Amino acid sequence: MTRNVRFVEDRITLKYGTGGAAMRALIEQVFAEGLGEVGEGGVGLSAMDDGAAIRVGDQYLVIATDSHVVQPIEFPGGDIGRLAVSGTVNDLAMMGATEPLALTCAAIIEDGFGREDLKRIWASIRRTCEEAGTTIVTGDTKIMGHGEIDGLVINTTGVALTKRIVRDSGLRVGDQIIVTGTMGDHGLAIMATRNELALETTLESDVAPVHKLVERALAVGGEGVVALKDPTRGGLSSALHEMAEKSGVGIIVDEPSVPLRQEVRAVGELLGIDPLVSANEGKAVIGVRPEVAAAVLDAVRAHPLGRNAAIVGECVKERPGFVVLDTGFGSRLLAEAEGELLPRIC
Amino acid sequence: MDPNEALSQLKFRDPVRARALRDTLERLVEQADHAPVSIMHVCGSHEQAIAKFGLRAAFPEELQVIMGPGCPVCVTDVPEVDEAVALAKQGVRVASYGDMLRVPGTSQSLADAKAEGAKVDVVYSVTQAVELAKTHDEEVVFFASGFETTAVATAAILVDDPPDNFSVLSAHKYIPPVMEIVAEMPETKIEGFLAAGHAATITGSAVFEKFVERHGLPVVIAGFEPLDVLAGLVKLVEVINSGKPRVENAFPRCVSAEGNLQAQKLLWRVFRPTGGRWRGIAHVPNGNLRLRDEFARYDTRKRFTIDASSLWDQAPPKLVQQCQCGDIMAGIASPSDCHLFGKECTPDTPVGACMVSAEGTCKIWHQYGGRPDLRSMKRGAA
Repeated sequence: MTRNVRFVEDRITLKYGTGGAAMRALIEQVFAEGLGEVGEGGVGLSAMDDGAAIRVGDQYLVIATDSHVVQPIEFPGGDIGRLAVSGTVNDLAMMGATEPLALTCAAIIEDGFGREDLKRIWASIRRTCEEAGTTIVTGDTKIMGHGEIDGLVINTTGVALTKRIVRDSGLRVGDQIIVTGTMGDHGLAIMATRNELALETTLESDVAPVHKLVERALAVGGEGVVALKDPTRGGLSSALHEMAEKSGVGIIVDEPSVPLRQEVRAVGELLGIDPLVSANEGKAVIGVRPEVAAAVLDAVRAHPLGRNAAIVGECVKERPGFVVLDTGFGSRLLAEAEGELLPRIC
Repeated sequence: MDPNEALSQLKFRDPVRARALRDTLERLVEQADHAPVSIMHVCGSHEQAIAKFGLRAAFPEELQVIMGPGCPVCVTDVPEVDEAVALAKQGVRVASYGDMLRVPGTSQSLADAKAEGAKVDVVYSVTQAVELAKTHDEEVVFFASGFETTAVATAAILVDDPPDNFSVLSAHKYIPPVMEIVAEMPETKIEGFLAAGHAATITGSAVFEKFVERHGLPVVIAGFEPLDVLAGLVKLVEVINSGKPRVENAFPRCVSAEGNLQAQKLLWRVFRPTGGRWRGIAHVPNGNLRLRDEFARYDTRKRFTIDASSLWDQAPPKLVQQCQCGDIMAGIASPSDCHLFGKECTPDTPVGACMVSAEGTCKIWHQYGGRPDLRSMKRGAA
């Protein structure tokens, strides 16, 4: 049995933006179709990794880009500006490039958007750049008519250099899976602000640049850190499915070991949304060789953003491409987010 | 809504207690004088719990837990869907639960009619359908599905003077009679039933006494947390082994013997039981709930002349004829026995009703894996 191969339909609907199998099919069948190669040892769009890598001399130029459409644009724990910087810095880091040289930032703004709102968002962008040790060096501005776009859309692109790239396809049987903290915080914080049940929660998004934390993991684990991915849209489930599929291994996740905030668990129950398919914006999934697992875990935990890190899974030879969840009661396949359950969370 | 309430329910998810119950279950199944032991549950929520918590992989190998006709959307019969589709195509505004939109009729579903421009609305409750009627000057038909639990909600609305332009096209169904049908099927190997806790809060556990007498098959009422399901199964196999069939209540924190008398009164004041087909299963005497004459003015079937004959001209899609939903709901086949499952038939492109509903066996198995067997997969095996 293989996972469903699906074909992109006549109309691109919301489900193609969920970060799951439908989106991967869209990239494969439309966007990546017929593009040239990136050159010896490079990583291009067809690899569908977190970013691209181009060989330049003895290092790699890593490029990542990310557009942000979150609604509401200011949410508990962050805003679209902090998200735009963190998203791209994190994508670079997931390729092993933890020193972002610079970012570009393009904004598409709806006619009538408030100046003060915009200034607040840009102050947040500046603060997050400072925190991440990078800056914005060029940009672009477009305004669209009222109703032609909803408020504000931001795109950022980042570049960084690295000697060693880390792919999302480097797992082999026996490797351990580390998550750097609690799962599902961002997605459920956003959904809780939106749902019609009038939930009163203290949920906060985890949005943050995590490249420094990844840098530590790489410093301690070295070549033993074999795969990196940020569990954004589609959450831990989509990240693991991609890693399993590209690496040709099965992954068993020990559900009780997955760090979850109690409130995330409770709100997830109420909304019927599994925190494991819910987005994170300040976390990494790290695949490591078993011999460095403990050392990398310690290093991650020593970082303020990694205090709740845990080893949550292991790669096995059975069922390559699948993720099996050991629930503590029994086992089942971990499902990927499907359909249009969670539009516009990042 | 209060997140703390959801949190308090998590105490029924203690893996340590679950393992103890599972060991007991294993022992009881071994003690049975035959193998396998086959039991049936009749509730989509039970299948959801079993799948979500991966219980199927933890059940003893010689215990077969079969999902019966417990998904109300799945057993809504083709002519019932045709009635709703025909009304919508006549220009009447039809409101229903989201899953009902995609249930195939003879040639079309409500979703197909909607795509062609018919006025079809998704609602999450009957109350929302009434709101629709209040904000529209036109007729609003609520295409009502669900077992006795949801039927009570519909009944409560009808006794509360809903607007004049509101009516109900009832596809409500009543569970106890279909258990009789399944128990009498010649192919059936069922030795006992796990009954749905939420339905039993209304009907009470005593409603099953006569069934046990007639068929000599035990019934155990169980809730929906993993510990509830396991405790229910332990009790059921215990009763099977005892050779003395009876009704047991393994969900006493919610269910009493007599049930919710007020809700029962309401249910039977508004609805009368009548015979009718359940999709894929059989004609079920007293299995359908229709409005009593007293409520005729809210009965869509009395209010409109529904002519669905135009829908019968087109032949049904070929794949539908290969669909095994009926056998699956009768417990004779598993989703993995159906060669459409996961191939032509997926949640994106459902062929049968069991792949449509969140409570359908096929949809649940597709999402969570069901069997193929995950028992053997362990960490550290490398």
